[in-house]
Amino acid sequence: MKARVKWTKTGVLKFIGHLDVQRYFHKAIMRAGLPVSFSKGMSPHQIMSFAAPLGIGMTSEAEYVDITFDWCYSGQEMLDRMNAQMNEGISVTEFRQIDKKTKSCMAQTAAADYLVTFRKAHYFVEAFTKRVEPFYFQEEIRILKKTKRSEKEVDISPMILEIRPQGDEAIFMKLQAGSEQNLKPQTVMEAFCNYLGYDYDPAGFMYHRLETYLKEDGKLLPLGAIGREVTEPVGPEEE
Amino acid sequence: MYDLALTEELLLKIEKPVRYIGNEVNMVRKDPEKVDIRFAMCFPDVYEIGMSHLGMQIIYDMLNRREDVYCERVFSPWTDLDKEMRIDRIPLFALESQDPVFMFDFMAITIQYEMCYTNILQMLDLAGIGIYAKDRREDAPFVIGGGPCTYNPEPLADFFDMFYIGEGETVYYQMMDLYKEHKAAGGSRADFLKKAAQIPGIYVPSLYEVTYHEDGTIRSFVPKIPEAPATVLKQVQMDLDHTFYPKKQLVPYLKVTQDRCVLEIQRGCIRGCRFCQAGMIYRPLRERSLAMMTDVADAALESTGNDEISLSSLSSSDYSQLPGLCNYLIDHYRKKNVNISLPSLRIDAFSLDVMSKVQDVRKSSLTFAPEAGTQRMRDVINKGLTQEMIRHGATEAFKGGWNKVKLYFMMGLPTETEEDMKGIAHLAETIAMDYYQLPSEYRHGRVSVGASCSFFVPKPFTPFQWAQMCEMEEYQHRAHIVNDEFKKQHNHRSLSFKWHDSKTTVVEGILARGDRRLSKVIYDVYKKGCIYDAWTEYFNYDAWMEAMEENGLDYHFYTTRPRDLDEIFPWDFIDIGVTKAFLKREWNKAMAGEVTPNCREKCSGCGAARFGGGVCFESKSKVD
Ligand code: SF4
Repeated sequence: MKARVKWTKTGVLKFIGHLDVQRYFHKAIMRAGLPVSFSKGMSPHQIMSFAAPLGIGMTSEAEYVDITFDWCYSGQEMLDRMNAQMNEGISVTEFRQIDKKTKSCMAQTAAADYLVTFRKAHYFVEAFTKRVEPFYFQEEIRILKKTKRSEKEVDISPMILEIRPQGDEAIFMKLQAGSEQNLKPQTVMEAFCNYLGYDYDPAGFMYHRLETYLKEDGKLLPLGAIGREVTEPVGPEEE
Repeated sequence: MYDLALTEELLLKIEKPVRYIGNEVNMVRKDPEKVDIRFAMCFPDVYEIGMSHLGMQIIYDMLNRREDVYCERVFSPWTDLDKEMRIDRIPLFALESQDPVFMFDFMAITIQYEMCYTNILQMLDLAGIGIYAKDRREDAPFVIGGGPCTYNPEPLADFFDMFYIGEGETVYYQMMDLYKEHKAAGGSRADFLKKAAQIPGIYVPSLYEVTYHEDGTIRSFVPKIPEAPATVLKQVQMDLDHTFYPKKQLVPYLKVTQDRCVLEIQRGCIRGCRFCQAGMIYRPLRERSLAMMTDVADAALESTGNDEISLSSLSSSDYSQLPGLCNYLIDHYRKKNVNISLPSLRIDAFSLDVMSKVQDVRKSSLTFAPEAGTQRMRDVINKGLTQEMIRHGATEAFKGGWNKVKLYFMMGLPTETEEDMKGIAHLAETIAMDYYQLPSEYRHGRVSVGASCSFFVPKPFTPFQWAQMCEMEEYQHRAHIVNDEFKKQHNHRSLSFKWHDSKTTVVEGILARGDRRLSKVIYDVYKKGCIYDAWTEYFNYDAWMEAMEENGLDYHFYTTRPRDLDEIFPWDFIDIGVTKAFLKREWNKAMAGEVTPNCREKCSGCGAARFGGGVCFESKSKVD
């Protein structure tokens, strides 16, 4: 059975890189003794695939990973057993069964919500929160995109699906995400700084992912929404 | 979220911030307020290296079993953070509590290799407790050194309050008790050191006086006070079954060098290779029981979730329970998809059978360590591996499907001739020839024979402690002779040859057999901005040479000079059980090209039997 598992990354564990997170999950599942499925061959590995990596320093309450199990306990029990092996900072919050044929959560990712907050003593917060609208309603939001070989200017405004102040202290944004069009919230804040005439100081902002979406019939749904709740244990498949 | 020693801004600026946040699975958490002793266990290299070290996990577990002690870990900050800490005046901190190390009672530094000496100074400096022991305040932590390099601690003598010479399991509890008593009674720093000097295995360098002959060799090495013993006896854990072994090992987030569970199946070695320090200082060989090893394997895999387990010892093939242990691991863990890795195995029918079960034959390579290219040279170093054994092993392996072979050699060994050097290329060629002469059904493409060579560094407490080293240029020259010879071989396209940096060899050679006068050199090198000498990208040979000169020391004295058989060595005050008389005998036999049988064939009366156990008391013929 294939499960889509939602997880969070907070606290000091935001400093862990993507590869380390993968290793962390592998080991936690081994410690929990869960019946994860392995690939065949001389060096078998757990069948597990993660959605878009979260940059070092970012926090999130909506990360996803698809894991294949030979069989499983009820969803709640799977969560409990995994969480018993997790450290403060990373925990699993949702366990849903998806079809074997479902595309990977990585491939399905279409958009994500972020909350940007301000680290003390870097910027005057109101300068941003009060000017979100004029920033967003510019004709174009051009930014210099550097690749290894070239630099080119791109307009990122079509990739910003939504942006608005949230209270006096934060900015909410919904951005395109995934393998085709991916816009990082950092890029948006850099452009915002340019617009306001400030230097971009990466340490000035804290980025938190609120949800990750797939697109179905033109609508954005959380990545986990297509799964079914697992109320009863699921036995091994008949071959 | 608890408080970190580094700000988020800083953590985001540096490489791999996860090196500094602690909080790993199985990390021990205690309230520092509620313990009597705070113990900082320091590894003077980067996190990924230090966390791969089993010894550290053993001590961590052992000390933390005591309720009155909180043992925490400290690693060298990488060069990027090092700079920031100096600018922002951030003191060196421990991972667990994130508290500065200067608040601790002990700063215990494990010294695994010579090239980490400047990192030791980095740690002392960043801790802010004074680099020199004499400059330390009354309330500073006691700095204690342990590990293989303490078998010649003299180059570091000025920086440490004390050294512990022996295996970690034995006297730390006694030391903790003594310290608690001392703290309660309220004595001075000097008082405690005087008392500590009486614990077996503890060496307090400031309590000894060294005088020199005009030629720079040692005239006398004597204690200044009666409390300090004239010789310090190495401490050994004789019963390796009833002792500490961590059941719950730490699980790093980062991919560390040894990202696997490690089973230390035995300590010591029966072989008696004459260049090998570990083979002498860990005598006698002591095995752990199969029952203990399977217990530890179960517990370690369960508590870490690691997907690999590896055996650790100097020569695993000599472990009497090897078949039983391999079968256990294969039966229990292959089906759970745990990889089993078996380094330092002699290649024979048994090991090939086991290896074919646990690894992908096509992808993996076989390793041999002939160490020298000719039989004559192998007899000098007492490496009991013949060309026939290697060829036979390799041929069997080829038939089993392998076609990659790695060979390890040393150059610059005593009495080495051009013949011996070229022999390295010839041996590699012979193995390749053997492959191509096999019937075609055994051959899968081209064979690859990779030879890699390090330069020999004579170490204290080995029969080769009297050996002369070469000049740096001479090492290069010899490597080129071998390299040219490789190019002349018929199958040279199937062969490769790599060699180590000869500059590092020279500095390692200076430090390995160095004396107290080198403390100032190490200090000066550090002050020139050197750290991470073990990392080629940071190693600065010229800085070392300059510092030697500035201190009026000639490096030849430490490296190329012939040493008299009766010279007093800086490390002679240490008694490792193996006697100097035995080492001399072995040196003479080496010069005569005679081999010595291993401990299981015949005891050679090295002296280690005084510890009363291990291989010395297995039934076998004995000399009297
Ligand atoms: S005393 Fe004999 S058996 Fe024991 S370690 Fe020495 S040589 Fe080997």
